[in-house]
Amino acid sequence: MLELKDIRWRLPEGEEILKGIDLTVPDGKLTVVTGPNGGGKTSLAKIIAGLYEPCGGSIILNGEDITSMDITERAKKGVAYAFQQPVRFKGLTVRDLLELSAEEKLSEDRICSLLGEVGLCAREYMDREADSSLSGGESKRIEIATVLARKNADMLVFDEPEAGIDLWSFSNLITAFERLKSEGSRSLLVISHQERIMEIADHIAVIADGKVTAQGSREDILPRILKGDTRSKCPLGKTRKEEC
Amino acid sequence: MNEITGQLLKVVSDWDGGSFKGAYNIREDSGCAGRQSSENIKIEPKNDNPGIVIKISAKAQKETVYIPACITKGGVDDLVYNDFIVEDGADVIIVAGCGVHSDDEEESRHNGIHRFFIGKNAKVLYKEKHIGTGKGSGAKRINPVTDVTMGENSYMEMDTIQISGVTSSDRSTSARLGAGAKLVIRERLMTDGNETAKSVFDVTLDGDDSGVDLVSRSVAKGNSYQEYKSVINGNCRCTGHSECDAILADNGRVNAAPALNASSLDASLIHEAAIGKIAGEQIIKLRTLGLTEEEAERKIIDGFLK
Repeated sequence: MLELKDIRWRLPEGEEILKGIDLTVPDGKLTVVTGPNGGGKTSLAKIIAGLYEPCGGSIILNGEDITSMDITERAKKGVAYAFQQPVRFKGLTVRDLLELSAEEKLSEDRICSLLGEVGLCAREYMDREADSSLSGGESKRIEIATVLARKNADMLVFDEPEAGIDLWSFSNLITAFERLKSEGSRSLLVISHQERIMEIADHIAVIADGKVTAQGSREDILPRILKGDTRSKCPLGKTRKEEC
Repeated sequence: MNEITGQLLKVVSDWDGGSFKGAYNIREDSGCAGRQSSENIKIEPKNDNPGIVIKISAKAQKETVYIPACITKGGVDDLVYNDFIVEDGADVIIVAGCGVHSDDEEESRHNGIHRFFIGKNAKVLYKEKHIGTGKGSGAKRINPVTDVTMGENSYMEMDTIQISGVTSSDRSTSARLGAGAKLVIRERLMTDGNETAKSVFDVTLDGDDSGVDLVSRSVAKGNSYQEYKSVINGNCRCTGHSECDAILADNGRVNAAPALNASSLDASLIHEAAIGKIAGEQIIKLRTLGLTEEEAERKIIDGFLK
């Protein structure tokens, strides 16, 4: 279980982005974090993975305070993070990245399985370099696969996994999330605006203007989001900068 | 051959300690430590200069010939001229490579001048590894000169690696391609300390539908300095691509100057050059997989030079 307690974060210039986030991601469940652009969702995901250091608050993973741990330590504790913007590597192949993720040599069947889950034909991709020769959608799907390959991770964080991928691959992604949910051994935190992802969530939290404006079960929150009444300050679809 | 040659051969020729199979010529401290021809690959000494002539018959198909050169002590200034004559339709793998070792203060140097005459429809894979070893302060220098003439529809792939220990290298490669010929060059280079490495490539595309693809990847660490110059001359309907990617670390310096000369409307030539440190986001990504910063850097460099 991941517990975020009063997480605060500000830009180096001083602007406060997260203004005291309290959020719990239960074991074996899929929690979706949604909300308007610029509301602080990606900042929160990066704080969980250790890319950003919070100004205040604490992060508790399976009962252990990981707030002061760096990126590597958190990864070893079981946090996996899929970047919204995938990183390209000249020289490292898709196979290299998946094997680094899995911390072991992978059979071709296993690589096929991982890439198949994100809608890629493995034979064509496993020995390709993960560089700019891949399209944005291909890179994004490989990025997601690197998280699926993390067998020792039990807290999987996906930052807008739907961005840049086609509908067919998106369907595969939904299936993969459902499989992970049914296995029940990993917790998923997905930053998303996609209704189809929210439809398979166990819990949904809405973050706007740096605060959790609503959270609860899918049955409770999703209808309210669709009606547009989860806003505390900013309506969904408007950016933080805009007039609320 | 002596023990140091054996150690160098393990690196530059992937020698397993047994006997070489097929044709080979092992050069040791300007002498011959072993030579053998095969049915399809004949190796003969040159009459005019130090060196050998390697004649590869059309019957050679996927056959390998080993031509390593080893300098095992300081004070050796080796100069060798090797000619490779590849008959029409032959298909050969040439494992060259050079190891320079010095345990004293004297400089050791290998100057290898290789000429290739590649016949029509022939195929050549040329593999060359360079390494410098030994605790001596004497400089270890390797200066390869390669000149290639490629016949119609021939194919050559040059795979060159220089990873560590060579105080200075000065590589000069020139090629002239006939119609339909394809040349692929892959250079991987890492320098450290006060090492310097210079690579000059000059490729002339003379025959319609000829093409060259030249990619150099390098890492400059410590106070080392690298120079990369490439010139592709397109004189006909042809394609040319040169790419120089370099990673800088510490106080490493790289000077890259790719050049293109087109004298035909149908020449299609491209060059790319990128120099910079390892992207921070690459290190962060690998750290999110559980690697430390040092492990991530090493993995990125190893992959880059793989």
